Amino acid sequence: MNINLTMLGQAISFILFVLFCMKYVWPPLTSIMRERQQAISDGLEKATAAEKQLEQANESAGLELEEAKKQSAELIAQARTRASQIEAEAKAKATDEAARIVEGAQAEIDQEINRAREELRAKVGELAVEGAERILETSVDRAAHEAMLSKLSAQL
Amino acid sequence: MAGDYANSSEYIQHHLTNLTYGRFADGEWGFAHGPEDIAEMGFMSIHVDTMFWSIFLGGLFLAIFTMAARSATAGVPGALQNICEMAVEFVEDNITQVFGNKPNVIIGPLSLTILVWVFLMNLMDLVPVDWIPYVASMTGIPYMKVVATTDPNATLGMSISVFFLVLFYNFKMKGPIKFGASLVTHPIPHWSMYWFNFILEFVDMVAKPLSHGLRLFGNLYAGEMIFILIALLPFWAQWALSLPWAIFHILIIVLQAFVFMILTIVYLSQASEVDEH
Repeated sequence: MNINLTMLGQAISFILFVLFCMKYVWPPLTSIMRERQQAISDGLEKATAAEKQLEQANESAGLELEEAKKQSAELIAQARTRASQIEAEAKAKATDEAARIVEGAQAEIDQEINRAREELRAKVGELAVEGAERILETSVDRAAHEAMLSKLSAQL
Repeated sequence: MAGDYANSSEYIQHHLTNLTYGRFADGEWGFAHGPEDIAEMGFMSIHVDTMFWSIFLGGLFLAIFTMAARSATAGVPGALQNICEMAVEFVEDNITQVFGNKPNVIIGPLSLTILVWVFLMNLMDLVPVDWIPYVASMTGIPYMKVVATTDPNATLGMSISVFFLVLFYNFKMKGPIKFGASLVTHPIPHWSMYWFNFILEFVDMVAKPLSHGLRLFGNLYAGEMIFILIALLPFWAQWALSLPWAIFHILIIVLQAFVFMILTIVYLSQASEVDEH
């Protein structure tokens, strides 16, 4: 065990090594490690946020879907009622129309009857006169029997 | 046992002698050729092998780590960067544990340098004891001690540097008055016993760098010694002992590097403690 100048030399080289390490090794390595730590923690934070966002999106999508379902059910129900309404309306209209047609037809028939009656009425006098003439084998003066003839046709 | 030695004690002696360059008694400078020369030189000499291996390994450490720091990226790190960051993170963890969250600027690089440098110097212990000295002797170098940490000059050189740093921080953080007070008012806080307290504190203070350096030296010296003793066995039997010892030694070299670092951190954190107990 000889203590000699080596100790001094070792101390000097030790100090130089430490100074070198302090300047060129320690700061860049530690700063890069911090940087990576920061990046990783940022990434994790972002991932958590994204997860939360996804959850929210899922939730809102579910809500919206439910809403849409509800709306569509409502629409279908509305459509159904509307359809039955239209059907009922159509039915009512058709019935009205039919009734009107029948009424019209009835009126026409009545008119026809009336006309036929008028015609008949007009012809009754003539026929009666003609019949009487045939029976009497003479001509009958129409004017003389006018009152009786109109009485006859009114009876019809 | 490789080379020509008269007996095993000479072999051991040879393996424990540093390549020494120094001043002879007559004022001439030169390499020592034996233990007598080294004794003659005394303090005015330098262990060339210790200096060479320690500076070489320190340079290797700085080269590797600087290379990693140059090409470092905050993205996905490569293998080299991974290893270096692992070391840095390990050191930082230990510092935070001891120091809390207010470490000073020098403690990080200092601890990293100690950890890796001491580890590399210890690692040379696993190179078979005869290889490098044998090659050296063939090129004409008489002595070659490869493991720098088995030289107390190396370990004490470091521990005393740390000691001065601790003194500096004591002055800086506590101020000369508080620091002086802390030397005399413990453990008996009465003015008549201040001289006694100072003796205790002084012994404590001096014992720190000594035990700090000698612990590392002693462990590695003993380990090296056992490797040398194992090398005395016939070559076909050496593996039976050297393999288990080398495996065990892997633990020791890492542990001693770690202990040297953690003690440095502890001493410096004590120096930075402003509030007194």
